[in-house]
Amino acid sequence: MEIRTTYHKKLREIQDDVLAMGNMVDKALSRAMEALKKRDVATAKQVILNDLKINEKRFNIEEKCIQLIATQQPMASDLRNIICVLNIVTDLERIGDHAEGIGKIVVMIGDEPPLKPLIDLPRMADKTLGMLRRSLDTFTNRDADAAREIIAEDDAVDSLYEQVFHDLLIFMAEDPRTITRATRLLWVAHNLERSADRVTNICERVVFCVTGKMQEIGTSKY
Amino acid sequence: MSVNYALSNNRKVQHNNVKLKTEGVNLFYGTFQALRNITLGIPQRAITAVIGPSGCGKSSFLRLFNRMNDLIAGARVEGHVTIDGVSICEKDIDVVELRKRVGMVFQKPNPFPMSVFENVAFGPRRHGRNNHRELEGIAERSLRHAALWDEVKDKLEQSALALSGGQQQRLCIARVLAVEPEVILMDEPCSALDPVATLKIEDLMRSLAEDYTIVIVTHNMQQAARVSDMAAFLMMEEDRAGVLVEYGPTSQLFTNPRDKRTEDYITGRFG
Repeated sequence: MEIRTTYHKKLREIQDDVLAMGNMVDKALSRAMEALKKRDVATAKQVILNDLKINEKRFNIEEKCIQLIATQQPMASDLRNIICVLNIVTDLERIGDHAEGIGKIVVMIGDEPPLKPLIDLPRMADKTLGMLRRSLDTFTNRDADAAREIIAEDDAVDSLYEQVFHDLLIFMAEDPRTITRATRLLWVAHNLERSADRVTNICERVVFCVTGKMQEIGTSKY
Repeated sequence: MSVNYALSNNRKVQHNNVKLKTEGVNLFYGTFQALRNITLGIPQRAITAVIGPSGCGKSSFLRLFNRMNDLIAGARVEGHVTIDGVSICEKDIDVVELRKRVGMVFQKPNPFPMSVFENVAFGPRRHGRNNHRELEGIAERSLRHAALWDEVKDKLEQSALALSGGQQQRLCIARVLAVEPEVILMDEPCSALDPVATLKIEDLMRSLAEDYTIVIVTHNMQQAARVSDMAAFLMMEEDRAGVLVEYGPTSQLFTNPRDKRTEDYITGRFG
């Protein structure tokens, strides 16, 4: 017999809020990359503007968690769940910042001629977005094994980052006039690489939420 | 024998010997079985909390250690209950001496209808200490230890019944301390107190745990989480006999219990 229905309803609401925030961040990163590919400054500016909403959502969720801790004294899995949420929203907010960062780079690039066709950067983004979506699924399903598997995928993002770095370095070495444009693309790659690292943090928190064990499961090369 | 758990609150307890122990204890009141097969070791100089739903046998469990179940007609204990490895179940045990070693504080403060001083001096007098100066020393030491001295030092001759509820409960603790016990059993010691008095008692318990082995029964899970080093969760089986579901460091039991029944109880998914 469930005896704390109101409290548990609030816990479920917080979980839904996290998923909603995850969607916002997912959309921000996708749109920032679309803007980069299409050199769409207007969309990039929209991504930058929308980051405020992501930040607001994060504070809103944190406030709800603090309220529940102060008034309901959550324990055991409920407590771990709330701690997990507090960590996840921090990481989501940072991924939102990386999306905003990419948006700012798109604005900087403006109508400069493209340096090269974008191949590995969209791959990095797709990989990162896939990891992000599935990390939120592991949170919903309380699936520690799946979370661990996602952490292992970060190596693939790191490899792509290395590849992008290497390619851009060649451009810069061959023609120093490309340095500005190449550096901007390197910043994009860096934002994506950091986003994937944040996803691994989310997964580590899911493992904690399920098992009660705090551990660093994967360490990024960067 | 040592307890295989690091105690919680990051407190390094050097005296991690088991003070109280039950082994395969069954407790019956007539034909009704109140406790079934309870085995656990309670560490010395630490606070162990016993939690569980009403009627699960928490208080009965507590009363094993000072033989207070003997006072209930038809009560019968099977299995072993030991203090420092010595059985206290034998018929020829001197229960007066046992209850001196194992003091008890009850739910409702129950000071005797006499002065503050006489309340504290009562126990030592019963145990043959009649020198007034010595009794004064014992009273001051006990009242100080119970964090009550400053509030009552000018009214030692006044009736204990004039004190507030929280003060009365601390007086009862001082009364227990006056006979120099080794163990203090507390049966819902704060349930009749206001929140401030409750926090004072909890604070007092933490300081007493430096010198005494404390076992507390409480309905208040937050209180158990706040004060205890170890926690035991009891619940009733279908025939209403209390069983031990889980026992471990408080920090673990309230953040990551191993048994789903504990999890469900402390998160309010059954009551």
